[in-house]
Amino acid sequence: MNVTDLVLELQNVETYYGKIHALRGISCSVRAGEIVTLLGANGAGKSTTLRTISGLNRASKGTIIFMGEDITGKQPHEIVEMGLIHVPEGRRIFKGMTIKENLELGSFTLKDDSERQKRMDHVFELFPILHERRNRDSAMLSGGEQQMLAMGRSLMTKPKLLLLDEPSMGLAPFLVKEIMRIIVRLNKEGVTILLVEQNARVALQLASHGYVLETGRIVLKGDAETLRRDESIVKAYLGE
Amino acid sequence: MSNLDIILQQLANGLILGSFYALVALGYTMVYGIIKLLNFAHGDLYMVGGFVGFLILSAISGLLGESWTAIVCSMVLSMLAVGLLGVIIQRVAYRPMLKAPRLSILITALAVSMILSNGVMAITDGEYLAFNTDLGYEGLDFGNVFISYTQLALVVSACLLMVTLTFFVNKTLYGKAMRAIAIDQDACKLMGINVNRIIGLTFFIGSSLAAAAGVMAGVYYGSLHFSMGFVIGLKAFTAAVIGGIGSIPGAMLGGLLLGLLEAFGTQIPFIGSEWKDVFSFGLLILLLILKPTGILGKTEIERM
Repeated sequence: MNVTDLVLELQNVETYYGKIHALRGISCSVRAGEIVTLLGANGAGKSTTLRTISGLNRASKGTIIFMGEDITGKQPHEIVEMGLIHVPEGRRIFKGMTIKENLELGSFTLKDDSERQKRMDHVFELFPILHERRNRDSAMLSGGEQQMLAMGRSLMTKPKLLLLDEPSMGLAPFLVKEIMRIIVRLNKEGVTILLVEQNARVALQLASHGYVLETGRIVLKGDAETLRRDESIVKAYLGE
Repeated sequence: MSNLDIILQQLANGLILGSFYALVALGYTMVYGIIKLLNFAHGDLYMVGGFVGFLILSAISGLLGESWTAIVCSMVLSMLAVGLLGVIIQRVAYRPMLKAPRLSILITALAVSMILSNGVMAITDGEYLAFNTDLGYEGLDFGNVFISYTQLALVVSACLLMVTLTFFVNKTLYGKAMRAIAIDQDACKLMGINVNRIIGLTFFIGSSLAAAAGVMAGVYYGSLHFSMGFVIGLKAFTAAVIGGIGSIPGAMLGGLLLGLLEAFGTQIPFIGSEWKDVFSFGLLILLLILKPTGILGKTEIERM
């Protein structure tokens, strides 16, 4: 493994949620150009892992290294400026503001207006429906459209690493396919992706390899093919 | 005086009073929108704004007299100084309390209010200060209705400030970030927004608008007193709630409505102007019963 192409590395990261010991020593890594997935049941610590990486939660122990730089303890907005973008669980779009305003906020760290316009055109090309409704209140969007907006918003800066937290949650199967198609396309355009999913079947189709979390620990890791064949994974997360 | 004259005169009076209320209510509503704090010290920032404006005017009156130029200069400088004071208060008193129970930060706001008003009382010995200007008494004379140029200028400046604020909040990226923080703080952090800096900016803008109103009130009433922030604080709070707390157009509308209500209330037979506070707070009670979210407020589940 070439060390220089490591985009993200977690070394024994521990996080508390109040008194709950949510992460109990997570070590994992993502290399440039990969799609890596974090699997696990509800409450296993998948979202907490992402929140700790993006700085919303603070790691009490361990180190997080992004593009060769220690980002443990940095403020979320500083981490965003480095090109690590987190699309949180539940989309968290700004309801009450228009789609265009949501996208503009996604480009908050950009100083250059022409670059902003370029990025917005790119997002509109990926999600034509957003262009059609750009001046509407984002609260009026359907679940799938909200997910598209949340992803579009994260693409307003050129992300080096995208953290996606359950992008398929609550979506109809054809929309899940659509979102997955976009994820693959973004990855081909050079965005490295760390994908959290409950839908392990879908996630393992996209990812090159994955980690399985259980009560704040990584209990299994391997390439997607192996994980797909693992009986215990199949039983626990693929719903056999 | 004919009925029409009375209506026109009270319309003018109400608009002036209403623009003071609106300017102060804006700070209330912006701070509430962004960190869900009822900043009880806000009325005192209006008072401090008046005094700072007075100090600056006294300092530069040798150079510029007490003309419009001098007053505009002292208003702008007072806005900057009080805006900065608001940021300092936020940083020192409120930010450490943001994660504490809601009541703690409310009590902190009351303490800040007392520190400001009692501080100014100590400095001024509790005396009234005459806010002298030589703006003259010319104006528009429509027979029985008279509107001085000073009154006109005050309403126009208040409108200018409100238009500028509306533009800022709706059209600029920082303004949009302010509105977004009121919706979802964590999501804002993930956009790369330095939330603390935007909260500071909100305090700066809100406090400087209150200071502008304070200087205007000094010009309009011709005197200043350390207690002048108390009642306007309550009125502005009322205006903000009437308009829908957290809503910027709501605060403007609520302020103007309240000013007009008080002006016209004085014309009801057998009821004198000393009853005007009863109208304001009566309306507040009525509204809280009928439409607790205010005229332009959104229905929202309170997350106490």
